[in-house]
Amino acid sequence: MAFHLRRDTARLLALISPSLTWLVVFFLLPLLIVFAISFGQRGPYGGIRWDLTLANYARLLDPLYLRIFARTLAISLATTGISLLIGYPMAFFIATRPRRWRNGLLILLTIPFWTNFLVRTYAWLLILRDNGLINLFWTGAVHTTIQQLAAWFPLPWWDELLRATAEPLRLFGTDGAVILGLVYGWLPDMVLPCYAAVERLDPRLVEAAQDLYANRVRAFWRVVFPLTRSGIIVGSILVFVPCVGAYVTPDLLGGARTMMIGNVIYSQFMMVRDYPFGSALSFVLMALMLMGTMIYFRLGAEEERRLA
Amino acid sequence: MSRRSPGTPPSVQPLGRSRWLTVHGVMTYLFLYLPIVILVIFSFNVSRYVGVWRGFTLQWYRALFANEAIGAALRNSLIVAAASAFIATVLGTMVAIGLERYRFRLRAFVDALLYLPIIIPDIAMAVMLLLFFVLSRISLGLWTIIIAHVAFNISYVALVVRARLAYFDVSLEEAAQDLYADEWQTFRRVTLPLLMPGIIGGALLAFTLSLDDFVITFFVAGPGATTLPLRVYSMIKLGVTPEINALSALMLVISIVLVLASTLLAERRVG
Amino acid sequence: MPEYAVELRGVSKSFGPVVAVHDVTLAVREGEFFALLGPSGCGKTTTLRLIAGFEQPTSGEIYIAGQPQREIPPYRRPVNTVFQNYALFPHMTVYENVAFGLQMQRVPRAEIRRRVEEALEMVRLPGLEDRRPRELSGGQQQRVALARALVNRPRVLLLDEPLGALDQKLRKAMQLELKALQHRVGITFIYVTHDQEEALTMSDRIAVMNQGRVLQVGTPEEVYERPADRFVADFIGETNLLEGLVTEVQADRATVRVNGTLTLQVGATEGIATGQAVAVAIRPEKIALHSQPPGPYAIPGVVHEVVYSGADIRYLVRLTDQTLIQVRLQNMGNGSTPHFPREERVYLTWRPDAARLLTA
Repeated sequence: MAFHLRRDTARLLALISPSLTWLVVFFLLPLLIVFAISFGQRGPYGGIRWDLTLANYARLLDPLYLRIFARTLAISLATTGISLLIGYPMAFFIATRPRRWRNGLLILLTIPFWTNFLVRTYAWLLILRDNGLINLFWTGAVHTTIQQLAAWFPLPWWDELLRATAEPLRLFGTDGAVILGLVYGWLPDMVLPCYAAVERLDPRLVEAAQDLYANRVRAFWRVVFPLTRSGIIVGSILVFVPCVGAYVTPDLLGGARTMMIGNVIYSQFMMVRDYPFGSALSFVLMALMLMGTMIYFRLGAEEERRLA
Repeated sequence: MSRRSPGTPPSVQPLGRSRWLTVHGVMTYLFLYLPIVILVIFSFNVSRYVGVWRGFTLQWYRALFANEAIGAALRNSLIVAAASAFIATVLGTMVAIGLERYRFRLRAFVDALLYLPIIIPDIAMAVMLLLFFVLSRISLGLWTIIIAHVAFNISYVALVVRARLAYFDVSLEEAAQDLYADEWQTFRRVTLPLLMPGIIGGALLAFTLSLDDFVITFFVAGPGATTLPLRVYSMIKLGVTPEINALSALMLVISIVLVLASTLLAERRVG
Repeated sequence: MPEYAVELRGVSKSFGPVVAVHDVTLAVREGEFFALLGPSGCGKTTTLRLIAGFEQPTSGEIYIAGQPQREIPPYRRPVNTVFQNYALFPHMTVYENVAFGLQMQRVPRAEIRRRVEEALEMVRLPGLEDRRPRELSGGQQQRVALARALVNRPRVLLLDEPLGALDQKLRKAMQLELKALQHRVGITFIYVTHDQEEALTMSDRIAVMNQGRVLQVGTPEEVYERPADRFVADFIGETNLLEGLVTEVQADRATVRVNGTLTLQVGATEGIATGQAVAVAIRPEKIALHSQPPGPYAIPGVVHEVVYSGADIRYLVRLTDQTLIQVRLQNMGNGSTPHFPREERVYLTWRPDAARLLTA
């Protein structure tokens, strides 16, 4: 479309400046403000005192916060690993169905994804909490069954089981519940890139490997896995990055003992009102996220080159 | 990784049609849908407690529709979603065209600036905007929510429209110009109609994301500017009546219908 | 009426450091079927896009019907293009596609209808007005693209490899049809192709291009029989190129030594001097094979390979200096074509004027 170069500059400006202005004022400027405030100090009434200090970043090294960072990373890694274990075979499941089913299966996979995150998390709350579905079953049907069994066949171990089923299982408020909620929330992000890689895989390559005396396991590790690795990398980062910044899932399914960085930031702003420290936390979180994304782009580009 | 019964020819697919794979697939779909189904079923339960079926009722839905606070929240949500989707669609489409069609010095900067709101965690963006509004003494309200939502929606719209533009066959525009259409006519008669699926897709995405957003809205919403997710959150936190089950079930069904409708629309448009 | 439909004077086009078109001067006559022929990346498509106005020349001037075209956008040039992949508007019907150019020119509605119908009639595609491009076959799409351009009655029709996407058989049929169509409408065609056979079959004149330059302009016969240089000789048809030195020049013939051992007699070209490095170009079909030496100038060799390819039989003959020469004998059937088995001794002859001395 580039015919008249002189008028082009004006047109380009007209096209990009509204968005550019919006993003500079309502995104870049706030970002810089957070960065600046992270070097300030908390005022007496929750305001900001502009005495430049590195104290907020030093406070991050407090074992209390280091533990939260470590837990955040551990939960995110666990979520990513479990999503991969479920999602990668899922990609093959969908890719091996008849062609006319595949689109439907993919849509079926993404529908829960499009429903409100709070609602989806709430559904798990109903299942996991102390008076939730699982525990009603545990303290109800399971408990009574054991009572009846104990009445019919008096054996020594029933007491133990009766005591166990009298109390609800501790599901809600655990790391496990948070990981479950996160896996549930981000699984499609793992499956879709893996599926794209598997779908692109030329089945003749597998046949070639088998023709060259590779059995199925070896054909998988020597041919299928290396050629779908790009999907695994993309999927893993797409799951890992939002997990690190999670707030809703640990807030609703976790408890005080499963705090993640997101929850600490929330409490610094909404409860403690220590804006400078909250800003420092946010900034570190963003830096982690950007690093993850940069690795993603780097690895993505490398994989593309490798397979080109 | 798979079993092949003797006599079947070697499968073309990498893992074959393994039975384990099928079991795994079915289990995964169950994992995805079971919580949703449970939620919907128990929204019709007479009992307040999930897991104990005491009979069918619509009382929670009736209570829901009678709840004025929820009506107001829904209204707010729709206003925010429509306004932010509209602004973001116009701005995002423009910047997408600018980025795909021109080479200029600031291009890498604009590119990065567009990606950032997608990458940055919600909580960080929420904090940034809250501090910005507080420091610039902009009072929080519906407007601040709309501003915040536009700030992230521009990026998503631009992403979708750019994907469409990347596959755009430039020779179609050349053909139009060859056939005596000037630049404006070319844009209106050829470029815009062909970009439309992408623009509509971007607008739908923006609308959905805005409707769904909780974290950012939570931080930048002023008193009285309660959106539906904020209402849902406080209901979950307070753990009150099964009205929340009914509301969740409704939101679920509506979004499923919307996704199916937009998918069918997109499929008809393809080709 | 100006003499030339399109004229390029010293036109160059660079994309950054890459020179796509280098100092091209061309004149296309009114009503001519003119081919731009060359390998991919030779600048032929860029030349066409310069004429259409999609690119502006870095230097030089383009005239259409005598008018300079600098700064004139494509939508004000009296030319229309048939694009390589047709570039049919996917969101419009066949009718809307063909009517587009007329609508843009604000032709009255009734006239648009009449002319669109006429154009579809002309490309033998009536009755498909309401179809979308994707519902058409490749050949039909090609015809719509043609109708969409021709309906505007351009001074010049530009065609960018229009048959490239069609299969071999359809392609041959369309070649003849295009040629007939051009005769009927009398519009100047400029036709870009990389297929030398297509260019030879269809064109009145051919410009052979390579690396952004025009190497030769001439009728099909001229470029085939009297190629200007090694590239043209090699690119058009098949050619044996033998590099050597001129050892002797007489009035009507020159003697060339190839590889220091082989001596060839060639009909001389003007301006040849003794000691000059030249190439001798000889077409495979102009060589005769004999089992006994027919005269003193016959060149001995051994049959290296025989390939039967239906209409003719191809031999690869190894000369005494190990040079391999292609020979093509027409298959006349029933033993009238001598059949030489592999490793048989043969003698090659050709008329002196069949071989050509190339200095460039």
